[in-house]
Amino acid sequence: MNAKTLIYDGTFDGFLSAVFYAFEYKLYDVFIMNQYSKQERLFSEKVQIYTENQKADRVWKGIQAKAGRSQSYKLYYAFLSERIDVESMLLDMIRYIFSDLNNAAKDFSHPSVLQVSKIAKMVGREKHRMEAFVRFRLMKDGIYFANIEPDFNVLPLISKHFEKRYADQKWLIYDIRRRYGLYYDLENVETIILDLPEHFDLTKTDEDYFTKKEFEFQKLWQDYFQSVNIASRKNMKLHVQHVPKRYWKYMSEKLV
Amino acid sequence: MSFERTKEKLKILADAAKYDVSCSSSGSKRTNTNKGLGDSSGMGICHSYTEDGRCVSLLKILLTNFCIFDCAYCVTRKSNDIQRAAFKVEEVVDLTINFYRRNYIEGLFLSSGIFKNADYTMERLVAVAKKLRLEEHFNGYIHLKSIPGASDELMHEAGLYADRLSVNIEIPTESGLKKLAPDKNRADFIKPMLKVKNDIIENVSERKTIKSAPKFAPAGQSTQMIIGASGENDFQIMQTSNFFYKSYNLKRVYYSGYVPISYDSRLPQIGSEVPMLRENRLYQTDWLMRFYGFDVSEILNQNHQNLDLDIDPKLSWALRNLHEFPVDVNIADMHMLARIPGLGMKSVHKIMSARRFRKLNWEHLKKIGVALNRAQYFMVCDSNQFERRDLSPERIKGLILQNSHSKYRKTLSSQLSLFN
Repeated sequence: MNAKTLIYDGTFDGFLSAVFYAFEYKLYDVFIMNQYSKQERLFSEKVQIYTENQKADRVWKGIQAKAGRSQSYKLYYAFLSERIDVESMLLDMIRYIFSDLNNAAKDFSHPSVLQVSKIAKMVGREKHRMEAFVRFRLMKDGIYFANIEPDFNVLPLISKHFEKRYADQKWLIYDIRRRYGLYYDLENVETIILDLPEHFDLTKTDEDYFTKKEFEFQKLWQDYFQSVNIASRKNMKLHVQHVPKRYWKYMSEKLV
Repeated sequence: MSFERTKEKLKILADAAKYDVSCSSSGSKRTNTNKGLGDSSGMGICHSYTEDGRCVSLLKILLTNFCIFDCAYCVTRKSNDIQRAAFKVEEVVDLTINFYRRNYIEGLFLSSGIFKNADYTMERLVAVAKKLRLEEHFNGYIHLKSIPGASDELMHEAGLYADRLSVNIEIPTESGLKKLAPDKNRADFIKPMLKVKNDIIENVSERKTIKSAPKFAPAGQSTQMIIGASGENDFQIMQTSNFFYKSYNLKRVYYSGYVPISYDSRLPQIGSEVPMLRENRLYQTDWLMRFYGFDVSEILNQNHQNLDLDIDPKLSWALRNLHEFPVDVNIADMHMLARIPGLGMKSVHKIMSARRFRKLNWEHLKKIGVALNRAQYFMVCDSNQFERRDLSPERIKGLILQNSHSKYRKTLSSQLSLFN
């Protein structure tokens, strides 16, 4: 049998549709690839997968029934890591879940299960960091704005958290690297794409966009941050371990 | 709100509050149901970390640093010549709301120096929490300090608006307290703690029958002890801690290494080192008590009154109890797995799930994340390689120290060099 490469549209539903295809045609020598991926597979026949929500749902429900809620969410988390080899790992784990073993998703001595669980943990950590390190700035039009640049595509994971938390204020969180954002208009959260001029620097605090009060509160927060430090216990190694330097450019207290 | 004035006050009153180490913002179940601001139903979040590596999750301030007491260990003691300031209720509310909206914080930690008397002070603290909840519809986390000696009525009202209440016993023994804080007595600390404990128990049982009954201090109570200010040994400290966990259902006891702030002859002098390593060992012991099924007397007792600084308390216990080892990780129960040095509870749970599928060997355990450099001397697994020599405790300790790098190496090596 020939090797096949299944090409999907980059969405999770698209990936699950590809998994459905692989199971339906009993393909074993198969490679699932994002359509934006630059990889090339030699001696392999390419198949374009169409995203079908019904099929994706069937696969997802099947996984949830076999693996339980928390283990199946690990698959979704790991998928959002956007690692180039993640599809193969996920497919391998899904196959193992659908094997005859009970509770296979918890077999941490199986290489794919352990690997997926580790990647999911990294994504989870990034999600948690974004919930912590997002810094809103109040714009003149009354929207609380934050820009982020997470290592993984975590916007879909943090949406609920911010919706529950800031139910009475308009907010916008924009992922600069992936060029899309979440906007909450006091009713719903929508995915939006901003039409920004080229070389627009979102990290600059500009009085054209932000209110005067905004800069006062940033100053108060910076002062507060300095005041709570106990100098005789200084431990920069631990500090950087908790707040890695790549996040500093978005945190107002580190911009002094 | 005048910006310059607030800025000034915030500097003074945040600086004075920083010695309170509690920063947790978890454990509450306050959901945002009224389309108000905030939600504290999830896990706690550390929004930033100071350069000393401590988490910043709450706006931690004093309402005022005026104080009628003169406790030697405290920066805001009456006899200390420092700048004094006081916030108005509205100022604290405004700061909290605006910081929260920008995602700087999880909520408010409000403490205070004691001015006039206990009830007068407690009343002001409650007023802030009440305004936040009722007028601003704030569902974020609120931690209020219980003022020693405050009346039962005020403590009850505080519990209706706050998520957590805490009262710091500060000095682990009564004799130490008498020496360093002659104006205070332990009964005054205990009184609000007891009232809150009883009200929580009552509230929990009430909410079982009436789901809509208002929550009372859903994140419970905590306290704090200063370490290294009044000469107690670790055994005394952990006994006190154990007593408060058991008798008052505390959620947490915090241990705060004393940071020298005065030239008082009763205390360590300015410039002497903060006992951070000792603090760390006490927290490890605390975790062993609460999550690993250890009884405090197994780790600290009449014969072992102080924790080893160079190794962690679990390893120390294991070396004293070598007759319990080696443990076979493929058959041992959870209780015993948790006692193997180098195994955390996460690893214990992973081992318990994984071993249902196959017998685990060293390779599996390493991938799961077990610290084998310590664990290897205390366990056997599905492998014919294991420690066969009959090693003495000292020898095992030496081997482990040789092959590990403590983050406290600098502190330790200066101590060890005394013997060279």
